[in-house]
Amino acid sequence: MAKVNITLHINGDTYSVAVEPCRTLAEVLREDLNLIGTKIGCGTGDCGACTVLIDGKSVTSCLSLAVESDGKEITTIEGLSTKGDTLHPIQEAFVKEGAIQCGYCTPGMILSAKYLLDRNPEPTELEIRQALSGNLCRCTGYHRIVKAVMVASKKINQQNGPSKASGSNEESD
Amino acid sequence: MNNKQNPALNQKVSGPYTQKSVVGRSVPRIDAPDKARGAAQYTADMKLPGMLYGKLLRSPVPHARIKNIDISKAAAFPGVKDVITGKDTPGIKYGNWRLFPQTQDEYPLAMDKVRFIGDEVAAVAAIDPDIAEEAISLIHVEYDELPAVFSIDEALAQDAPLIHDDIDQLEGNISIDRNIDVGDIDKAFDKADLILDDKFTLHAVSHAYLEPCAALAQPDVEGRLILWTSTQAPYIIQCLLASTLGLPENHVRVIKPHVGGGFGGKMELRSWEFCAAFMAKRTGRPVKFVLTRAEELSTGRTRHAMNIRSKVGFKKDGTIVAKDFEAYLDGGAYNSMGPTATFLCGNFGAMLYRYPAYRYRGYHVYTNKTPAGAMRGFGAPQALYVTETQMNIAAKELNIDPIDLRIKNAMVTGDTIEGVTKISSAGFVESLQKVAEMSKWKEKRASLPNNKGIGIGCYSFISGGVFNWFNTPYNFAACEVRAYDDGTAHLLTMASDIGQGSDTVLRQILAEALGIKVENIRVTSADTAMTPKADLGTWGSRVTLMNGNAILDAANKIKEKLAQMVSIKYNLNIIHEVAFANDRAFAKAKPERGISFGEAVAMWVKTHRGEELTARGYYTPRDKGLTTPAYSFGAQVAEVAVDPDTGVVTVEKVTTAHDCGTVINPMSVEGQLEGALHMGLGYALSEQFVIRDGKVLNTTFLDYKIPAAEDMPQIESYTIETYEKEGPFGAKEAGEGLAIPTAPAIAHAVYDATGYRCKDLPITPEKILRATGKITE
Repeated sequence: MAKVNITLHINGDTYSVAVEPCRTLAEVLREDLNLIGTKIGCGTGDCGACTVLIDGKSVTSCLSLAVESDGKEITTIEGLSTKGDTLHPIQEAFVKEGAIQCGYCTPGMILSAKYLLDRNPEPTELEIRQALSGNLCRCTGYHRIVKAVMVASKKINQQNGPSKASGSNEESD
Repeated sequence: MNNKQNPALNQKVSGPYTQKSVVGRSVPRIDAPDKARGAAQYTADMKLPGMLYGKLLRSPVPHARIKNIDISKAAAFPGVKDVITGKDTPGIKYGNWRLFPQTQDEYPLAMDKVRFIGDEVAAVAAIDPDIAEEAISLIHVEYDELPAVFSIDEALAQDAPLIHDDIDQLEGNISIDRNIDVGDIDKAFDKADLILDDKFTLHAVSHAYLEPCAALAQPDVEGRLILWTSTQAPYIIQCLLASTLGLPENHVRVIKPHVGGGFGGKMELRSWEFCAAFMAKRTGRPVKFVLTRAEELSTGRTRHAMNIRSKVGFKKDGTIVAKDFEAYLDGGAYNSMGPTATFLCGNFGAMLYRYPAYRYRGYHVYTNKTPAGAMRGFGAPQALYVTETQMNIAAKELNIDPIDLRIKNAMVTGDTIEGVTKISSAGFVESLQKVAEMSKWKEKRASLPNNKGIGIGCYSFISGGVFNWFNTPYNFAACEVRAYDDGTAHLLTMASDIGQGSDTVLRQILAEALGIKVENIRVTSADTAMTPKADLGTWGSRVTLMNGNAILDAANKIKEKLAQMVSIKYNLNIIHEVAFANDRAFAKAKPERGISFGEAVAMWVKTHRGEELTARGYYTPRDKGLTTPAYSFGAQVAEVAVDPDTGVVTVEKVTTAHDCGTVINPMSVEGQLEGALHMGLGYALSEQFVIRDGKVLNTTFLDYKIPAAEDMPQIESYTIETYEKEGPFGAKEAGEGLAIPTAPAIAHAVYDATGYRCKDLPITPEKILRATGKITE
């Protein structure tokens, strides 16, 4: 199959890659760009382990063709904290609250949480559970994951200050 | 947020070792930051120069002789580097019960017969995954189909086809049986005022670990094979891979990267591990296999479906007089871990309550279906679903509160099952009392509105098995501890963290024992070329107790040597005890007489002319009966709402009180509890395979439904602290057994809400609506 040249803006870096049109974004991220934090748990969009953000929206990258992301901004788990040993508040809360066991669902779970908190900085428990219902976890029973998202939300809101937190709640989808 | 803080998180650890510094603390997982960053490498993430991609050809038919396999087109396809069938392999069978070779019934690739849809027939290694997949479709297999059996009844019929006609010892499709006889069962039933005699069917479910199985093999410079694999049991894989390849064990090196969950499903050698290694050897290149979710759900191991008949006798006052328990396990096409499940199912049938007389007859039956194996609870979810449901039926019949009936018969510390096991510690009665109080059991039972219900289920589970069917000549658990002059230590072990957190818990145990900081301990786990022989791995809830004991053994040897240094330095009277805490070694009665841990190590090294300070620690349970050194116990109450029109069950709240001995890491124990609840919820309500003529039809997570975040109930829990003498710092099993009580508790609550008594898991809306008369046809 003839390859297509595309440009992906991933975690602030720009990559030019030639990909076959049939290849998924998850495959290209993992195989071509060695961004292995994006996991494949099912390949059919049911488990959410491959979740990334494309132009700020959460997408299951195993169902998304790489060519569709040409020219778009992509955030993978590796882009959440780019400095060596510092963690994003969501990552930090996942670690401290015991929200991580086997860790295979973790990157997708964290990015779904980020998508939620970007739109809704003070979600209720039910809103968190609904927002994470496309991400399956077999280890934790979700209890600590939900708690970690609440803890992270508080921390992010403290860092941002109250005005910015409520002002960023513009998208409703 | 309506989920209350779990009390266990803030609970203090009691017992003889009250002054602990690290044990009993919610130390965050050591591997969590890497996992949160996406940096943790799992087998599927690995890539090596020149790596080939493997793919398996699986049987499309449930039972057939292989007449011919034509690989010529596949082998000639550009980019294909190797194609193998069973005939290319050494033709050696494998299986975890090495002590009984006739139970080793599986070839890495089918030799002359296939026995289920999905049985591995051939494998390809190619330069990319698409080519490998294309090549698989070019292999032409001629099958001579045989009659197939898809249920226990069909498999046991007089004229049933023999699934393993090549094993001389077998006459039918029963591969193994197990009997337990305690007391005079027939006489005992004469004393009964109430006899329950019920039949149950329990269904198969998937482990559904999020990381599909993967394996990567490469020959090293010495010609040794290195296998990176997603496994719970590196030592078992090393041994079985070596024997199946016809190689000495030392020619195989197994390394365990991060593992994305196991739950019992990754503790045997599997076809792709063999094929990766075998084709790496043949091609001289690395070969990687990664399974798809469809392969996992349609051909992966499952929890055993069972048919169980149980007869239990009670006196009017609720005292149990006898139990006659018969289980048929639907093993699928191969033994896998079925023999152990058959054995344990019988043991668990005798657990929780005192049975003056008990009879068990267990049969492991071959069928032409996906083989069942070990899965969280290992024979107990089925046995105790039956036990607990019958306790609830009996409570109703005898007009005794279900919790009171349990307390009357509950096992307590010191109880024995004659000839089988001894209960060295049990906080079961306390769990029952606590869960009744926390859940407001009596008040709610009396006052719940229509369509709401409350129910109870209980469990007990093993802390590792004492049996050695694997026939290892080595200790069950082993480790090496290296102590360094910079005050740090290194723990090397084959005990395997698969997500349950053992790397963190074992580090806590070693830190506590050596009196050094938990962050000053490095762990290597596991690499069979470096980590000491042996440890049987992670299954049967064995790691904390067994490897924990091995660590204490090694730590004691190190401490004895360092105590000598402190004694010499301070000229201590020999009656002084030397203690280890706060990174120091010192005279316990005179703490000022002491040196730092690092200084003590340096002194020992210098006085031994540069020798490194290391110690090996071991643990093997001896004289502990037939089952386990220690049992956990617990009780769980579920509250449900049932929609009378749709039959949909919503589990609103689950309350648990459980005894896992000393809690080493409260946050980890709670995480195990919550995860177990998730699995128990799925087992009770939403997870099941749809199988037609041996073919699994629901092969995605869209159709095989594990609970999502929204499906989870409110959770409250409490840990009853007992002190288990056999466990490190008094610890025992936590988290596996907790997968057991949820299904019977929910079933009981559904009965309370609707009058429907489930003896045929899972509990579906259709079954409820039929029972309540909403569906009549």
